[in-house]
Amino acid sequence: MRPKGKRLTFVLIGMGLLAIAAGLMLTAFQENIVFFYSPTEVHAKQLEPGQRVRLGGLVEEGSVERTDGGKTVHFKVTDMAESIPVVYSGLLPDLFREGQGVVAEGYLRVGGTFQADEVLAKHDENYMPPEVADALKKSGQWQHMEDAMKKSGQIPADAGQ
Amino acid sequence: MIAELGHFALILALFVAIVQGIVPLIGAARRDAAWMAVARPAAVMQLLLIGLSFGCLTHAYVTSDFSLLTVASNSHSAKPMLYKISGVWGNHEGSMVLWVLILALFGSAVALFGRNLPDGLRARTLGIQALISVGFLLFIILTSNPFTRMVPAPIDGRGLNPLLQDPGLAFHPPALYLGYVGFSIVYSFAIAGLIEGRVDAAWARWVRPWTLAAWTFLTAGIGLGSWWAYYELGWGGWWYWDPVENASFMPWLAGTALLHSAIVVEKRDTLKGWTVFLAIVAFSMSLLGTFLVRSGVLTSVHAFAVDPSRGVFILVLLLLAVGGSFALFAWRGPSLTPGGLFQPVSREGALLLNNLLLTTAAAVVLLGTLYPLFLDAMDAGKVSVGPPFFNAVFVPIMVPLIVVLAVGPFLPWKRADLAGALSRLKFVFVLSLLAALGTWYVMADGPVFAVIGIGLAVWLGVGAIVEMAARIRLFRAPPMESLRRLGRVPRSAWGMTAAHFGLAVLVAGVVGSSAWKVEKIQVMQARDVVSVAGYDFRFDGAREVQGPNYIATRGVFTVLRDGKPYVILRPEKRIYPVQQRPTTEAAIRSTFLGDLYAVIGDAEGAPGHFVTRIYFNPLVPWIWAGILFMIVGGLASLSDRRHRVGAPSRRRAAVTAAAAAKA
Repeated sequence: MRPKGKRLTFVLIGMGLLAIAAGLMLTAFQENIVFFYSPTEVHAKQLEPGQRVRLGGLVEEGSVERTDGGKTVHFKVTDMAESIPVVYSGLLPDLFREGQGVVAEGYLRVGGTFQADEVLAKHDENYMPPEVADALKKSGQWQHMEDAMKKSGQIPADAGQ
Repeated sequence: MIAELGHFALILALFVAIVQGIVPLIGAARRDAAWMAVARPAAVMQLLLIGLSFGCLTHAYVTSDFSLLTVASNSHSAKPMLYKISGVWGNHEGSMVLWVLILALFGSAVALFGRNLPDGLRARTLGIQALISVGFLLFIILTSNPFTRMVPAPIDGRGLNPLLQDPGLAFHPPALYLGYVGFSIVYSFAIAGLIEGRVDAAWARWVRPWTLAAWTFLTAGIGLGSWWAYYELGWGGWWYWDPVENASFMPWLAGTALLHSAIVVEKRDTLKGWTVFLAIVAFSMSLLGTFLVRSGVLTSVHAFAVDPSRGVFILVLLLLAVGGSFALFAWRGPSLTPGGLFQPVSREGALLLNNLLLTTAAAVVLLGTLYPLFLDAMDAGKVSVGPPFFNAVFVPIMVPLIVVLAVGPFLPWKRADLAGALSRLKFVFVLSLLAALGTWYVMADGPVFAVIGIGLAVWLGVGAIVEMAARIRLFRAPPMESLRRLGRVPRSAWGMTAAHFGLAVLVAGVVGSSAWKVEKIQVMQARDVVSVAGYDFRFDGAREVQGPNYIATRGVFTVLRDGKPYVILRPEKRIYPVQQRPTTEAAIRSTFLGDLYAVIGDAEGAPGHFVTRIYFNPLVPWIWAGILFMIVGGLASLSDRRHRVGAPSRRRAAVTAAAAAKA
């Protein structure tokens, strides 16, 4: 093989690899991407039952209830405009609390209950995932929330300087 | 007073860096020895000044000087000493000081140990290194000054995020940064080589040890972070494809590719443009990681800062460093003299294929990490790209990599006989087939990918050992002869074998832990028993325990095997009163085949009832063992006489390269 031919081999192998990777990624993007919605959006969007989404908002005060000897948890996720009932079986994250930000991943069951198979109240400093903060800002409840959180010391009064 | 001294030292370091970034570069262009000579003392001076500044900041943390804003927001007088010290880098400002400290450390290491580097190359490398330093010092002084005072000083601090109060995590940032920032020196070498228009075997000899050092530290840093996530977050998982994990993984992938392509430049004086390109990419990925983690665009334990001006500043730095270097590469790259030729089937060919696969993998991780940010920026909705995506894309790229990896070391340089190499791997192939079948037989209910995965791990692991055996002609030569050869195996060869073997062990661990994990969640009270993977976990109740700065609920599990007590596990759920935050401390007992992993959750219903999670995490210890092998491999290779930092002179290297080319 002449030098040019040899180099061409590798260029072709490289391009082939990139093409395969691109193909893999496109299919994976289609199948494995999970959209994030606030309760208001879930109400507005008419999700197909079974479609995987992430639902984010605040755990509604006084809505947490446990059944099944504590293994199954029922709670409501709210953006102060709408709220969605959520069912989850499993151990809740350390930072799960009423009145605080949460992201639940799962699907909407027929009847409007959200079946979560993962609940994240990630290790966020301010107990407030940014998606949730954005959703609250959209529903016009952010200022109210921020004040309440500052008062209760969940976020420092000088945050966002 | 001491804080002001630290602040002052930092500003002085900036000025030294400005001088170091200008004078030697001009001197190198004008071949003025006196101007070039500025680089070395300036680099050492910079290290001393930043070191002094870092020392002052540490002093403030150790003495709990709450008149400093960062100390007050991130420390607390009741914290154990280890976490007072690790608190220095457990926040945005301090971690950036650590960043530039390590930057200066690498710069002065080149200044001190690079005695026989040509003056021009050394001056340019140190000049570029100083320019990076200028950018980050400006960033610290203008947007994230750690020495800001707070009046009046509070009585006590707000404390460090309890999740970060952990020995594994105390050393994770320094190790990670030594890796991340270590690529800066390789980048500086690459830019200097481009400016000189001279990238040759000698250049690669100087660059390789630095790449190797950075890679080893990065491996250790990622390993520590992953280990921490495994035992501290209480989910029983060790890798989440979280964007911040990806931010450290991308430079690792690019750095691994660089490590291998630099070998080709050194031994065969070819693939030069590609290697320079990879050096730029590896450091660009580090900068991108720093941007992602520090700018607050991602939510995580790492996102200390949510100040947008900081994000913009780092973004500008990133664009300058990446854009500038790629522009230079486009301009000067074509002028690099092409090197020796090789057949597609050869050592060079295998290494190039390894490079193509690794860079493709890095590109995939990059796109998957940035895609949600793009969508969000275009207001096209919020999405998460999680483990399913990465598993679907990353794993198919890794499989051919591992297949080729076992064959590569058997191929000679320039032109190889593939059939011959494969025939030497016949035995390994049969063995991995048997391992796969054995796995299938024992774990018939498990997923199919695990069968293939274990087969691949055996293929790679035994392949690495067989390569070493072939090197010493084990069983082919008399035993004494083999022993004599064993003593003469260079350390870099040991390093390669250890690292490749480590990867095999790691692959086995990854496959096992994701395929055969057993998880049980239940409410338990004292005397309740749960059976997991042949072990009986008996819950013996829980009680309150007082820690230095926390209160814990400590559960006691007696693990029984065949009715006999095997081990006692004591998981805790801690509350840190200062922050009002709970953390989970899993109790883990490692066995050869996997980890027994117990977590205690909230009290539930009647008193004495707790939610508990019991896992059997198969082969997880193999993951840590694999990473350790890789680190040992890196260190062994680094200790090779021929790799000793700055040891070779250009003339001698040129002679060896010429000899290698003839051979």
